[in-house]
Amino acid sequence: MKQQIVISGIGGQGVLFATRVIAEAAMEEGLPVLTSETHGMAMRGGTVISHVKAGPFQSPLIRPGQADVGLFLHGGNLELHRPFIREGGSLFVNRPGPAADGGIDAAKLAADFGHPVIANLVLIGHAVGRGALFCGADTLRAVLRRISPPEQLEINRKGFEIGFGFEG
Amino acid sequence: MNRSERILMGNEAIGRGLVENDCRIAASYPGTPASEILASVADFAAETGASIHTEWSVNEKAAYEVALAASYTGKRAAVSMKQVGLNVAADPVTRSTYLGTKGGLVLIVADDPGPHSSQTEQDSRLFALFAKLPVLDPSSPREAKDMTGEAFRLSEKYELPVMLRPTTRVCHARQNVACGDPERKDVRSRFERNIPRWVATPAFLPELHRRLNEKLDRIAEEEAFYPRLVSRGGEESRRAVAASGVVFAHAAEILENGGFSGKTDLYQVRLPYPLNRKFIGDLRKRYQEVLVLEETDGVIEMQIGSDFVEGRNTGHVPRLGELTPEIVEKILREFLGVPGEAPSAGQGKGKRPSLCPGCGHRAAFFAIRETFPKGIFPSDIGCYTLGMNFGAVDTCHCMGACISQGAGFYHAFAQDGPGFPSIVVTIGDSTFFHAGIPPLINAVSQGARFIVVILDNGTTAMTGHQPTPALGIRSDGSRGAAVPIPELVRAAGVRFLRECDPYDVERMEGILKEADRYVRSAEGGVAVVIAKHPCIVGREARKGQPAYRMSVTEECIGCKACIEDFECGALVFDPDADRVRIDGTLCIGCAVCVHACPVGAITAEGEDR
Ligand code: SF4
Ligand code: SF4
Repeated sequence: MKQQIVISGIGGQGVLFATRVIAEAAMEEGLPVLTSETHGMAMRGGTVISHVKAGPFQSPLIRPGQADVGLFLHGGNLELHRPFIREGGSLFVNRPGPAADGGIDAAKLAADFGHPVIANLVLIGHAVGRGALFCGADTLRAVLRRISPPEQLEINRKGFEIGFGFEG
Repeated sequence: MNRSERILMGNEAIGRGLVENDCRIAASYPGTPASEILASVADFAAETGASIHTEWSVNEKAAYEVALAASYTGKRAAVSMKQVGLNVAADPVTRSTYLGTKGGLVLIVADDPGPHSSQTEQDSRLFALFAKLPVLDPSSPREAKDMTGEAFRLSEKYELPVMLRPTTRVCHARQNVACGDPERKDVRSRFERNIPRWVATPAFLPELHRRLNEKLDRIAEEEAFYPRLVSRGGEESRRAVAASGVVFAHAAEILENGGFSGKTDLYQVRLPYPLNRKFIGDLRKRYQEVLVLEETDGVIEMQIGSDFVEGRNTGHVPRLGELTPEIVEKILREFLGVPGEAPSAGQGKGKRPSLCPGCGHRAAFFAIRETFPKGIFPSDIGCYTLGMNFGAVDTCHCMGACISQGAGFYHAFAQDGPGFPSIVVTIGDSTFFHAGIPPLINAVSQGARFIVVILDNGTTAMTGHQPTPALGIRSDGSRGAAVPIPELVRAAGVRFLRECDPYDVERMEGILKEADRYVRSAEGGVAVVIAKHPCIVGREARKGQPAYRMSVTEECIGCKACIEDFECGALVFDPDADRVRIDGTLCIGCAVCVHACPVGAITAEGEDR
């Protein structure tokens, strides 16, 4: 199994946590994993991107046109980061409005649930629900149980399930 | 799932490597991309019960000196910093190669090709060459961890400090890495007086330098550092690629693919300086064409000789910038004559970073700019550099420079007559400790007249909230002695000192006016204002301050003044309503924006306002 995933967003949206969750899922499945993250000044609300490569890879970075999946927490980054996605790759975008073409209003679903910060998990849940990620829901659930701080576990789990069950 | 494996960030892998390899003293000053190293040493020490002194030193020079002296006692020590931090530590580092070490000493310097988060993209391997210091160049988190042990052993074998030089893409990569138990040697500290070595007056230096050269010659002959032949281009290949660091990882992955396989020999250079002598000779004997891929300058290339190889210096590889995989692919296609095109990255402009909603710095900048519309605003390195987004930061150079820049501006303008401009310098608390104190003494003693605003948010926010000396909290969370900023300011000879909370914009503006009068008075000099408000990213800070219910009334004329001149991310323009609204998920209710609206359309309710 080999899969390359790009997670794009702006600082403060939880791109790093999303990266970690997917990387841990790869390890849970026994796959080698490499990621690359944005740290520093950009984390103050600027554009950030993470790469996750599950399977036998050497470089932490994904070349343009090679990513199998794109998870966009900020639709405004599409112009900049869409070129990473290969032809036929799948795209999941947090954006307002009716769900179409991988779009889902993850921010609103998370806010309605009372925890705007879990839009990242809603989006991951949605991608897993559509069978786009290398792993299934049970792997993700196990990872959330393992790495969530106790007071955050229920909220994270619920965020994932909201996205997972989303029929849009 | 292999239970001894964990997913570690490159910096955590280095921290883990230090703990597993019996490092006993670790010092650092935070800076992206190196910041997570020291924190993970402290965490892994706590987890494994290893006894390690960890410290966030006041700056990189102090950090290096602490670790160096610890090594004199026979214990293993490490120091970590970002590449420009090495400029600050340059003085002790260059001499330490002559005098050498006892216990292993590893100097971890994180480079930032690009640069992504730095004021230069300098190549620390070039500095290693200048300082005559062996340097290891890891290509992945896993390798970075392994190299910490190798660096300690090499350091102890030759009694030399050894540099480990990861780059951003290794520091901030994550990988599954095997973790073991710490090795414990129970070394007891011993210090033997050795005047020719530890005092080393000039009379002793030629001999020390001769020995240093000899050590480097021997290291260049170490078989273990003969570059690894990783893949072959067939028995008779007359072409080779020699690569180091993460660029090696990019190249290896690309060369595995379709059209590339079997086209070239590929070597990984793990120790770029001193480069293995035999390797240089073998390359020249065996190959017709050799391409060197490295970041950021041509250090390996220079040692092999640009007459023979293609690389950064010959122009076959771009002379600056990060070598991303798509750039590496393009270079390899040209070098190997593989047709096809490397797809290029997106061209859009991403969203620029901005101070957090409710950040006290924004309030301080607002007060400064309102008070001195024509002022000159030297500033410095930290979150507050972002004050440039709304015209409150005019310069940013290197840690601590802003105070001397304030003095330089003053002396230049003062020559032209008494009506010099108001110069307001902004410097963060951590930066002030790091490099602001000598320039403050200098400015005072040289009779400069300007205002220094110390933006005191009680932390080193930009790099992940490391404690400053004012807090009296050490890197492992234990209590240390606090060093209060006002006492330092007074001791530097400053006669005008006021403190305020910048959220109280009116009061701060009053203090700034008073400071300006002082600066221009007969007995005036440097005025210091400490603008104190905790970084609101901290949960405690948020709990400790009122949260107002904010709204934008019908009065809003849609002029966007609050968005453009104040730039709080929670203020968003709603084109449908043709006015600004508050994004409730981002707003923390600080109520400072009330001052930013020229028509008074932003209102605060609740609490006691
Ligand atoms: S992290 Fe703290 S100091 Fe930095 S911008 Fe946000 S509130 Fe301000
Ligand atoms: S009160 Fe105003 S300045 Fe403060 S966070 Fe909310 S919108 Fe921003």
